[in-house]
Amino acid sequence: MTTSHVSPRASSAASSAVFGGEIPLPAPAWSRVTRRVFGHRGLAIGLVLVALAVLIAIFAPLLAPHDPYHQDIANRMVPPVWHDKGSWTHVLGTDKLGRDTLSRLLFGTRISLTIGLVVALISGVIGTTLGVLAGYFGGRVDAVVSYIITTRLAMPVVLVALALASLTGGSLTTVIVLLGLLLWDRFAVVSRSVTQQMRDAEYVYAARTLGCSLPYILLREVLPNIAGSLIVVMTLEMAHAILLEATLSFLGMGVQPPLPSWGLMVAEGKAYMFFQPWVIAIPGIALFVLVLAINLLGDGLRDLNAPGGRN
Amino acid sequence: MNAHSTTGVADSRPSRTMPSASMSPRTSRSPTPALELCGLSKTFTLGGGLFRRGRALGAVSDVSLRIPRGQVMGLVGESGCGKSTLAKMLLGLTTPSEGDVLVDGRPLRGASQKALARRIQPIFQDPYSSLNPRKRIAQIVGLPLQVHGIGTSREQAARVAETLDVVGLPRRAADQFPGQLSGGQRQRVAIARALIMRPDIVICDEPTSALDVSVQAQILNLLLDLKAEFGLTYLFISHDLAVVEHLVDRVAVMYLGRIVEEGTREQIFAAPRHPYTRALLDSALTPEPGLGVPDIGLGDTMPDPSDPPAGCAFHPRCPKAQAICRQQRPRLEAFRDDSTRVACHLA
Repeated sequence: MTTSHVSPRASSAASSAVFGGEIPLPAPAWSRVTRRVFGHRGLAIGLVLVALAVLIAIFAPLLAPHDPYHQDIANRMVPPVWHDKGSWTHVLGTDKLGRDTLSRLLFGTRISLTIGLVVALISGVIGTTLGVLAGYFGGRVDAVVSYIITTRLAMPVVLVALALASLTGGSLTTVIVLLGLLLWDRFAVVSRSVTQQMRDAEYVYAARTLGCSLPYILLREVLPNIAGSLIVVMTLEMAHAILLEATLSFLGMGVQPPLPSWGLMVAEGKAYMFFQPWVIAIPGIALFVLVLAINLLGDGLRDLNAPGGRN
Repeated sequence: MNAHSTTGVADSRPSRTMPSASMSPRTSRSPTPALELCGLSKTFTLGGGLFRRGRALGAVSDVSLRIPRGQVMGLVGESGCGKSTLAKMLLGLTTPSEGDVLVDGRPLRGASQKALARRIQPIFQDPYSSLNPRKRIAQIVGLPLQVHGIGTSREQAARVAETLDVVGLPRRAADQFPGQLSGGQRQRVAIARALIMRPDIVICDEPTSALDVSVQAQILNLLLDLKAEFGLTYLFISHDLAVVEHLVDRVAVMYLGRIVEEGTREQIFAAPRHPYTRALLDSALTPEPGLGVPDIGLGDTMPDPSDPPAGCAFHPRCPKAQAICRQQRPRLEAFRDDSTRVACHLA
C-alpha cells in the first residue's frame, strides 16, 4: 500500500511559525475557512455571484419592478435605459409583447437555478450509486456498469433529449427529468475511479473486519471521502444543465411560454437580433455570467479540496 | 533424510491419547492454541475474462501454524510472499480456497464477521491509510463499540477515553482528525481501535514499517506492554528481522506462499536450517554506516508466483541447490524435538 497522504503544508506552516518571528494565535475555525475561500480569487468571485443569483431567485417578487407576465401592448420593444429611446420605467426594456425584461430576467434566475440544482441532484444520485458500486465491487458489477456508462456516453444528449421531449411535449418537469436521467455519466465515471482507489484503503478493511454493514461502509467510510470530487462534478453538471435547458427551450422543446426562461427569452428575441440586439444579448449575458460563476465555484472547490490545500 | 517420508504436519503434533468416547480429540491434546491454521491456501485467478479462464496464482499454499495463547508468532518473508493474504484470511477479509482457521479450536468458517471481530483485530501497516481522514479520533476508536452496540454513548465515550490513555495518547486527541496527528500517534490510534473490544488475538501486519525508526521502538514497546496487560496473542507480520527478534516467541519464515521454516526465536536466529532463512538473516542491515547493503548472493528477483519453479520453489536462488531440489518439493518436517519445522532436502 503506497498511498499515503502526507500534507506538505503541515510542515511548512510549522516552520514558518517558528522562523516567522511571532507565533500566530490559532484562528477560530470559521475565520480560517473564510480566509481560505477568499484567498482564492476565482472561488471568491464565483461564490459571490452564485450567492447573488440565489438571493435574486429567492427575492425575485420583491426585486422585480413589474409583473413578469404582464403584457403592455402600448410599450412593446422598448429599448434599455442607456439607449436614446430608453426609459427608467423599463430599465432593461421590454419584449415583443411589452413584458418587462428585467422582471423576466430576475424571475428566470429561479428557473435556471432550479433546473441546475434538481438535475444535478437526480443525476448525482444515479451516477454516484452506479459509480460507487462499480468501483467498490469491481469484477462483474464493474463490467455491467461500465457497459451502461459507455452506452450512455454513445448517446448525444441534445439529440436524445429533443427526441424524447418531442414525444412527451416540453415542460419544466420534462426538462428536469430528462436531463436528470441523461447527465449522470460524469458522476459515475468520477465516483467509480475514486472509489476504486478507496476500496483498498486500510480504513475500509478496518471497517470490514469490524463487521460493518455494506451500506455503512459505502455511505460512511467511502462517500465522505469522495464527496469533494463529487461536489466539483456537481457544479459542472449544474452549469451543463442550465445551458442545456436554454438550448432545449431555444429549440422550442424545453420550458414553454410564458415562463420567463432565459433560453426562451433568447428564442423569442431571435427575430429582432439584427436591429434590437439587446433582446437576446441581455438574457445571453445573464446565462453566461451564471454559468461562469458556477464553473469558477467548482474550480475553486476543486483546488481547495486538493490534498495540498487541506489544513 | 528420506524425502518420501510421510511425516506431515498433522503427524508432527503430539499424538492423541487413547480414543475415548467421553473426550473429544481436541481437549486431550496439549492446550488448545489461540489460533490454529490448518492447511490454509488461497488461490487467485489472474486475467480471466467473461468467458476465458485465467491463470491460477497460489498466493498462500498449505500453511499450517499453531499460535499458543499469549505468545507472539512472527511471520517473515519478502514482499509478495503471501504474508498479507494470509492476514486477510485470518481477518475474514478473504475466504480461504482451502483449509481452515481455528480460533480456540472453533473453525472460523461460517462464523459471522462480528463474532470474529470480537476475537481477532488487526493493526495495519500504514497509519496514514488505516484511519478515515474525515472522521475524528473518538469516532474512529469508538466505531467498534458503535457497530457492535456495546454500551450507551456515554459509556462508549468513557471507554474511548480510557483506551486512549492505555495507548498513551492525550485525551484531547479524541476531538482531532487523523491529519493533525503524527505517524506514531496515528498508529497508537489504530492500536486503540484494535484493543477497544478486548480481543484475544491481534494480527499486526507490518505495524512499524511505515514509521520513523525512532518511533518504531516506542510502538513495539507499547505492543509488548499491551500484550502483558491484556494477555494478547499476536501474529506479527514483518519483513524486518530486527523487529521480529525484539518481540516474538516463535518465527515462521514464508517463501512464495509456503512456510519454509518455523521454530523458536532462539533456534531461528542462532541456528537457521533453511538456506532462505540464512539468507534473510544475512540480509539484515547493520547499524554500521559505510558497510552498505549486504550482498547475500540471492539475486533480487523472486520467481513468478503464478508459475512457481518445480521442486523446491527456492532452488533457482539457492546457493546449495542439488538435483533433488529441482524435482521434488520438500515437505515441512519436524526437526529434533518437534520444536522446529523445516522444508528443505538438505537441512
